[in-house]
Amino acid sequence: MNGPHDMGGMQCYGPVKPEKNEPIFHGDWEKRALAMTVGMGFAGQWNLDVSRFARESLPPEFYLTKSYYQIWIHGLQNLMLERGLVTENELATGEMETHPLEVKRVVSADEMPAALAAGGPVAREPSAPAAMAVGDKVRTINIHPSSHTRLPRYARNKLGEIIAIHGCHVFPDSNAKGEGENPQWLYAVRFSSEELFGPDAEPRNSVVVDCWEPYLERV
Amino acid sequence: MGQNHDHDHSEWSDMELKVKTLESLLLEKGYVDQAALDVIVETYEHKVGPRNGAQVVAKAWADPNYLQRLRDDASSAIAELGFTGRQGEHMRVVENTPDTHNMVVCTLCSCYPWSVLGLPPVWYKSAPYRSRAVSEPRKVLSEFDVSLPEDTNIQVWDSTAEMRYLVIPLRPEGTDGWSEEKLADLVTRDSMIGTGLALSPDEVSA
Repeated sequence: MNGPHDMGGMQCYGPVKPEKNEPIFHGDWEKRALAMTVGMGFAGQWNLDVSRFARESLPPEFYLTKSYYQIWIHGLQNLMLERGLVTENELATGEMETHPLEVKRVVSADEMPAALAAGGPVAREPSAPAAMAVGDKVRTINIHPSSHTRLPRYARNKLGEIIAIHGCHVFPDSNAKGEGENPQWLYAVRFSSEELFGPDAEPRNSVVVDCWEPYLERV
Repeated sequence: MGQNHDHDHSEWSDMELKVKTLESLLLEKGYVDQAALDVIVETYEHKVGPRNGAQVVAKAWADPNYLQRLRDDASSAIAELGFTGRQGEHMRVVENTPDTHNMVVCTLCSCYPWSVLGLPPVWYKSAPYRSRAVSEPRKVLSEFDVSLPEDTNIQVWDSTAEMRYLVIPLRPEGTDGWSEEKLADLVTRDSMIGTGLALSPDEVSA
């Protein structure tokens, strides 16, 4: 989706302002927001790509003005509302009014360190050899799906070169729609700054974008 | 996206309330376990952070065999030091050279190598960094007070997939024969994102 999250190349947001000695959390609520976002991920009611799409789908005026933990919390609430895990009224009052739905997994405190350490690898056995090789010149496709994609706008319909093959990974464009993991070969593709941003781009720079095979055409 | 914490106080206390309400609901419904949530906070507040990545970089500087293992399979080489887990499942190291400086961003969200750097700082998730790191990295670096020679190539890695990138900064001069422990003190978080350089020996002794 061409939403507010797809920020690469925008020029309207001003300078970066790093905070000196930034604390890990700026308040207790951020700690709990992190814990609930990660914790509900383990419940298995959605996958990573579905949760990213939920955040991207928040209203632009919200996405562009709130902190990232606020985005996480609102994304989480929407995911739960859509699945009937909670109701609007319950979110407002904090009081349970409907029976809980069964979730796939509730991780206990004892199990949590191992669950965090295991993470969620997305590499999968390929069903076919990689169609492209390091050194191949490629052009990214020109797509504008209203659903989730990880091909940023600034890198669409651009000429680049494959510099690495990462393996075969879950394909977010399918996985976010509940169409299964549909694993695809994943490549590191390097683009010159002039190819991406025109003749006035800062010279001698390049950007490497990780692209799944369906995003690429060999030139 | 807000990058500062100049939100008005009422918005912040609204969030405190909203998040408390949500947590009590999730606990009552049995979707999460409170002690397990505490473990998540404890892990990212105290156990996982940029000191992990600094150990990886220091070892890469000190031990050529380790550097080779990082190049061949960074996830396994980093796991040797005990650093695994969420947002670090598929690691790759990118090495700065005198010619090329590497810098990491996630233009589409907030992807960051948690297992070696911990949770990302606010600026990394903010619109100014996400928008401009790819299009004008040199200007962005100047906002971090980093100035590279004119002829240095800047290579920016946009974390669009689940690959997570750790920058190996240039080893500072005057550190020959230093132990890994001492070297690790030179490795800042920002130097591993590529928005900073490793500290010089003078900067740490000062």
